[in-house]
Amino acid sequence: MSAFYSVLKRELRSYFASPLAYIILVVFQVISARFFFLYLQGFLQFQLDPSYQLQTGDLNLNNLVILPYFGTISIVLLLIVPLITMRLIADEKKNYTAELLFTSPIHIRTIVLGKFAAALILLIMMLLLSSVNVFVLMVHGNPDLGAVLSGYTGLFLLGASFLSIGIFASSLTDNQLIAAVISFGVLLVLWLVGALSDAESSILGYLSVINHYEDFGKGIVDLKDVVYYVSLIFLGLFLTYSALESERWR
Amino acid sequence: MVYVHNLTKRYGNLTAVENLSFQLERGDVLGFLGPNGAGKTTTMRIITGYMPPTKGTVHIEGVDIFDEPLQAKRVIGYLPENPPLYNDMTVMEYLSFVADIKKVGRKEKKSRIFYVMERCGIAEVRRRIIGHLSKGYRQRVGIAQALVNNPSVLILDEPTIGLDPRQIIEIRELIKSLSGDRTVILSTHILPEVTMICSKVIIINHGKIVLEESLQKLSEDMRSAESILLRTRQNGEGVVEKIHALGNVSSVKPGAAGEYIIVPRKGAEVREELSRLAVENDWGLLELRPVTNTLEEVFLKVISSEGN
Repeated sequence: MSAFYSVLKRELRSYFASPLAYIILVVFQVISARFFFLYLQGFLQFQLDPSYQLQTGDLNLNNLVILPYFGTISIVLLLIVPLITMRLIADEKKNYTAELLFTSPIHIRTIVLGKFAAALILLIMMLLLSSVNVFVLMVHGNPDLGAVLSGYTGLFLLGASFLSIGIFASSLTDNQLIAAVISFGVLLVLWLVGALSDAESSILGYLSVINHYEDFGKGIVDLKDVVYYVSLIFLGLFLTYSALESERWR
Repeated sequence: MVYVHNLTKRYGNLTAVENLSFQLERGDVLGFLGPNGAGKTTTMRIITGYMPPTKGTVHIEGVDIFDEPLQAKRVIGYLPENPPLYNDMTVMEYLSFVADIKKVGRKEKKSRIFYVMERCGIAEVRRRIIGHLSKGYRQRVGIAQALVNNPSVLILDEPTIGLDPRQIIEIRELIKSLSGDRTVILSTHILPEVTMICSKVIIINHGKIVLEESLQKLSEDMRSAESILLRTRQNGEGVVEKIHALGNVSSVKPGAAGEYIIVPRKGAEVREELSRLAVENDWGLLELRPVTNTLEEVFLKVISSEGN
């Protein structure tokens, strides 16, 4: 078995050997489903309103249910991703297994990528679970499928960026709690930084993780947003690699 | 083969290891000794490629560990001071994972895992979660982990720590039987262990080698510095003179309660004559035995002389 795949497999096994992964999946699904139900209820009530008949094109399932639902998911991701990534590298240091990994004939990048891939799989599982709610809509309604797919693409990129930043935080310490706090802090700053500036074209606005998400929800996949997220993912992974590499030189 | 040349490691202002050089051939078992904080673990971490040195080179089987780490690390088995175990895996899963990251071939993987489990006596716990194992078993899983890739260079940082006396003997036997055509480096605090297992000894203090000797030479030296203890019923008169008169004796020192420490001339055997002398003069011979210099004494001597 290739080293990458063994690292990935061990990491996944470790997630599911403890209750952590199950708790994360359940909490994520409960919270997002609860909000989904709220939005749907709001939409149904609104349909009974006489003014609904005078609606302009904007008041549909996509804008009133799916878009806010995805917004909720992105916030839940902000809260949950630090819990997914906190142990990835911090735990290796704490259990002295880092010494095994770094004296084995494998590249540091293989270790980092294997761990990232395991966390990605957990993210995909979360997103798939959440899509059940959207499928229910499909059965009874007629939402714009393209917007749903692009929304999920955006959520996946957003979540993956969060994960790469979380891994970096985890590589800085041997304490899981500290790793979680660091990654939550960094993610929150990246999230809120857009609010500090009014102009959308400003640098701060560009740095904001959530500004780049907005178009995906509307069904627009803009290359510049994809580039933003992919760069963020690479940056996080590269910083993790550098942190692990430089630690040995100290 | 392990070739270490001018190894220096500094942490900021602190020099952990300074200009360390030695060379080991296949079949050598090196006992790596030194007081706590002497730089043993740092040296081992550098040799295994865990951390780079500030200066100097390490070659494993002729391959530079820093120029071609992946190739060099393939032939190394390493048990760190704290066994690197994943507590949420079973012993089998863990060894399988280690075999994968150590690039053990798919065909030999399974037989290798079973072989090391058998050798380390952990076959009966192979389905247990490592986190639930006792300290002795954990240590043995750590040793099994180091052996899984059939390494030609085996580096063990205090392998018998935390084991009970019977397990210690088992692990010593295991290490002894493993040496064969491998190069083994073993750090330990238990000095008799070195006498039992090793073929070569290096003692380091403050990051420098203070003694490097083959065990054979060392034990010859220790034996030649041997003195003899003679214990009689009571200190008699003229005993010292009579012993001196035997010749071949360089000094006689009377101790308390009928004891005499006799240092013979180099290479001379005086015990037979001593016993005859004691019996003929009716001194009441109670004990006659050689007093050997132990490795402990050698260790303490080189450590303290270096400190002065």
